[in-house]
Amino acid sequence: MQTQTPSPWKNAITAGLVGGVVAVLMSLVGMVAAFKERYIVSGMFTMSQILFLAPILLFAYSAIRRTAPQPAHKIIRIGSLSGLVGSTVLAVLVIIGKYVNLRIMFVNASPELYGILTFNQASVLGLLLLLFMGIVIGAVAGGAYLLPQRVRSALAQATIWVCLIGLLRDLIVTVSYRWGPIAGIVKYFFSISGLKPLGAVFLFLLIGGINYWRGGKPKSVRTPNFANQKPLRRWLTLLGAGLILILLPSVLGIFFSEILDNVLMYILMGIGLNIVVGFAGLLDLGYVAFFAIGAYTMGVLTSPELAASPLTYWQALPFSLTACVLAGLILGMPVLKMRGDYLAIVTLGFGEIVRLLALSDWLRPWLGGTQGIQRIAQPRIGSFLIKTQQELYFLFLAGVIIVAFIAWRLKDSRLGRSWMALREDEDVARAMGINHVITKLMAFAVGALFSGLGGTIFAAKLTSVYPHSMNFMVSINVLCLIIIGGMGSIPGVFVGSLLLIGSPELLREFAEFRYLVYGALLVTMMLTRPEGLWPEARRRLELHEAEELPPPEDLQPVTNNPGQ
Amino acid sequence: MLRNWMQRITLIDIIVWVIGLAILVGVIWGSIATLSAGKYSAETWINLTISGLALGGVYALIALGYTLVYGILRMINFAHSEVFMSGPFTATFVADALIAVGWWNKYPWLSLLIILLSAAAVSAGIAFLLERIAYRPLRTAPRLVPLITAIGASFFLQYTFRGLYGSGLKDYPSMEMFKGFWMIGDIRIFRTQAAAIVGAILMMVVLYSIVQWTKLGKAMRSVSEDKEVAALMGIDVDKTISNTFSMGGAAAGVGGILYLFLFPVAHFYMGFFPGIKAFTAAVLGGIGNVPGAFFGAMLLGLLESVGPNLFLDGLGVPTPSQLKDAIAFTVLVLILIFRPTGILGEKLTQAKA
Repeated sequence: MQTQTPSPWKNAITAGLVGGVVAVLMSLVGMVAAFKERYIVSGMFTMSQILFLAPILLFAYSAIRRTAPQPAHKIIRIGSLSGLVGSTVLAVLVIIGKYVNLRIMFVNASPELYGILTFNQASVLGLLLLLFMGIVIGAVAGGAYLLPQRVRSALAQATIWVCLIGLLRDLIVTVSYRWGPIAGIVKYFFSISGLKPLGAVFLFLLIGGINYWRGGKPKSVRTPNFANQKPLRRWLTLLGAGLILILLPSVLGIFFSEILDNVLMYILMGIGLNIVVGFAGLLDLGYVAFFAIGAYTMGVLTSPELAASPLTYWQALPFSLTACVLAGLILGMPVLKMRGDYLAIVTLGFGEIVRLLALSDWLRPWLGGTQGIQRIAQPRIGSFLIKTQQELYFLFLAGVIIVAFIAWRLKDSRLGRSWMALREDEDVARAMGINHVITKLMAFAVGALFSGLGGTIFAAKLTSVYPHSMNFMVSINVLCLIIIGGMGSIPGVFVGSLLLIGSPELLREFAEFRYLVYGALLVTMMLTRPEGLWPEARRRLELHEAEELPPPEDLQPVTNNPGQ
Repeated sequence: MLRNWMQRITLIDIIVWVIGLAILVGVIWGSIATLSAGKYSAETWINLTISGLALGGVYALIALGYTLVYGILRMINFAHSEVFMSGPFTATFVADALIAVGWWNKYPWLSLLIILLSAAAVSAGIAFLLERIAYRPLRTAPRLVPLITAIGASFFLQYTFRGLYGSGLKDYPSMEMFKGFWMIGDIRIFRTQAAAIVGAILMMVVLYSIVQWTKLGKAMRSVSEDKEVAALMGIDVDKTISNTFSMGGAAAGVGGILYLFLFPVAHFYMGFFPGIKAFTAAVLGGIGNVPGAFFGAMLLGLLESVGPNLFLDGLGVPTPSQLKDAIAFTVLVLILIFRPTGILGEKLTQAKA
C-alpha cells in the first residue's frame, strides 16, 4: 500500500503517541479508575492496569509489524521506544494533573487516577515506574513478534483467557458454590477478587499448553464441518447441547438466569434484525418499534387496567404478532423505494414516533402514557404459571429455538436467496425476475414478527411495559450485536449477544461504558474486520474480494522463524 | 399517457397515497378547527412564528454540514449531531474561563467572538478527525459499511463526552446584551431569538459565498460532481473532502452557540434530536443544496413551533407540544415518500440517492 517505507523509528514514535493518547483518553473517560477494584490476579494487577497498558502494547506491536524486517535486537529496541513514547504521554498527563486542577474540565481526572497510573508509588518513583513499564511492555511486544507464530498465538490465547477468568471470578465462584466438590477446587484458584497468583500461573500454563498442542495439528481437523459428521455423532452433539441448555438455569441460579434471559431476548431480536439487515441489506434503525408494538399489544389486551375483559397470554399472542406483522408492512410499504441511508433515517424516525406516541397524553387512555401498563398476564401452561426468571428462561429458549430454526431454513430458501440477491444489487435482482416488493415486505414482516415475539415475552417477564424502555438504545444494542457477531450469520447473533449483552451485566463497572465501547467496536470492526466475529461465508468472500492474493506478511520474512 | 400511468401504478402506491392523504386531511381539518375556535390570539401566532424561525436558523447551520457532506460523499454523516454537540460543550467551558478572568462582563463582544471561534474550531477539528480516521479508509467500501461506522462514531463521541465531562447538565451563562426583549407593537421579540435568526442568516450568507465564489468552494462543487475528473483537473480530492467536513463542522459549532442562546444548557445527549431534525431540514430543502438547507430548516422550525398548536390542538390532542418531535419525524417520512428530491431539489435520482 505504501510506496516508500518510512523510518522504523518514526513509525514507532507515531504508534507510541497514538497508543499513549488512547490510554490517556481511556483514563480521562473514567474507564481506568472504574476497574481499580477488579483484580485479575489478586493483589498484583488489576483490570485498570491492563486498560491503560494494553493500547500501548497493541500499538507498539502494530508499529513493529508495519516495519520492514529487522534484526532481532533492533525490533526489541523499536518496541521499547514505542512503549516509552506511549508511557511518556501518560506521564505528561500525570505531571500536568499534579500542578493544574484538570478536574474543572475532566470529571475523572482525580488524584485516584494518577495514583493508579503511577502504580500507587510516590511521585518521582511512580513516574519512573510508569516509564519503565512502558519500555517493558514495548519490549514484550517486540519479543512477541520474534516468537514463532505457534508460540505467540498460544501465549496470546493464554493471556486473554486468564484475564477473562479473572474478570469472571464472581460468576465462576457463585455458580460453583452450588456444587460441593467443585467449590473446593475453584476456591483453590480464586481469592476474594481475581485469581490467586499460583492459580493464575497454573491456568496460564495449562491454557497456553493446550493451545500450543492444538496449534501443532493440521488446520482442517480444527474446523469440523457440522454437516459432514456422522449422523450419530451429530445427534449426540445436539443432545449434549440441548441438555446443557436445559440444565443451565438451575446450574446458574436466579441472578445469572436473569442475565441469561436478557441475552436470549436479544438473541431473539437479533435473529429478526439479522434477516432485515443481514439477509436483505435493509438497515433498520427503528427496530425497537416492533418490540414496543408487541409488548404494548400484549399489555393492552391482557392487563385488567386497560382491557374490559383481559385475555390470557396465549390468547393475546396471535393478536400481538399480527399487530407486529402489520406494523412491519406499514413501515415497509413507504420505504420500498428508498435505499441505504434514507431507509436508516426513516426507520429511526418511525421508531421514535412509536415511542413518542406511547409517551403522549393523547393516547394515555389506551396506552397508559408515561406510567405505562402494569399487571400484564404471564403465560400459563395447564395450571402451571411461568413466572420466575428460571422458568421464563425456557419460554425465551423456546422462542429462540423456533426463531433460529425458521431463520436457518429461510436462509437457503428461495426467499432467502432473493433477499441476498436484493442486498447485492437491487436492479440486477429485479431484472432476474425477483419481485422486490414482496421480497422486501417479507423481510420487514418476518423481522417485525420476531422482534414482536421478543416484546411479548419481555412484557410477560416484567408484567409491565413503560415507554422509557422502548428507546433508541434498544435498536442500537441489537444492531451492534449483529454487526459484531457478523451480519447475515445466525451463530454470529449468539456470539454477539453473549458478548455485548452478557458482559455489561456480568461486569458492573463496564455497564457505564457500554455504549462508548460499542461505538468504538463498531468503528474498529468496520475498519478492520467488516464481516464480524463469526462471519457468514458468502459475506466474507464479498468483503475480501480484493484480497485474493495473500498479504505479504504470509511470505515469511528473513527472521529466525522455525515455527512454519 | 393516462393509460401508461394507470398501468404503472400499484396497490402499494395507492396505500401510500391514502396514508399521505389521510395525514393531509387531518392537518387541514385540525388547522381549520383551531382557527375557527379562535383559542389563540394573533400575538401568540407571531411569537410562535418567531421562535420557529430562530429554531430554524439553528437547524439550518447544522443542516449545512449534512448537505455538504452528502453532496460530496453521498453518505449521511450520522455523527454530525455529535459534531454539533461539541460546540456548546466547548462554549460552556470557555464561558466559565472568561467569567473567571473577568472578560465576560468587561468585553462582552470580544468574549462572544472568542466563544464562537473556539466552538467552531473544536467542532471543525472533530469533524476533520472523524473523516480522517473513520471515513477515509472506507471510501470504496460497500454502502452499509461507512453508514454503520458513522453510527458507531456517533455513539463513541457521545459517550466520550459523557465520560470526559460527566453526564450532568452544564449551564451556559447568559450575556448582558442578550437579556430582555424588544416590543414592536404588541409583539414581543426576545433578543436571544433575534440574535439566533440574525446570526444564522449571516453565517449562511458567508458559507454560501464560500461555496459559490471561492476557489475552495469551486473545488468542493467539482468534487461533488465527479471525483475522478476533479482529480484529473488537479484538485486534491482528499484535501477538499477534509475541508468540506471542517466547514460543515464549523457551521455546526456556530449553530451550537445559537442553540445555547435559545436553550442555555449543554448535555451530552443534546445532539440527537437537533441532528435528526437538521437532517430532515436538509432533505426537505433538497439534499446537496445549500439554499435548500436554509429554507428547509426555516420551514421545519416553523412547522415544529406552530404545528402542535395549529393542527394537533384542533384535533383534540391534549398537551400537543409533547408531539413536536413526532411532527418533525412525520415530515421526514412524508417528504421522503412523496418528494425525495426536496423543495429545491436538483435531479437527485435513485441512482444518486
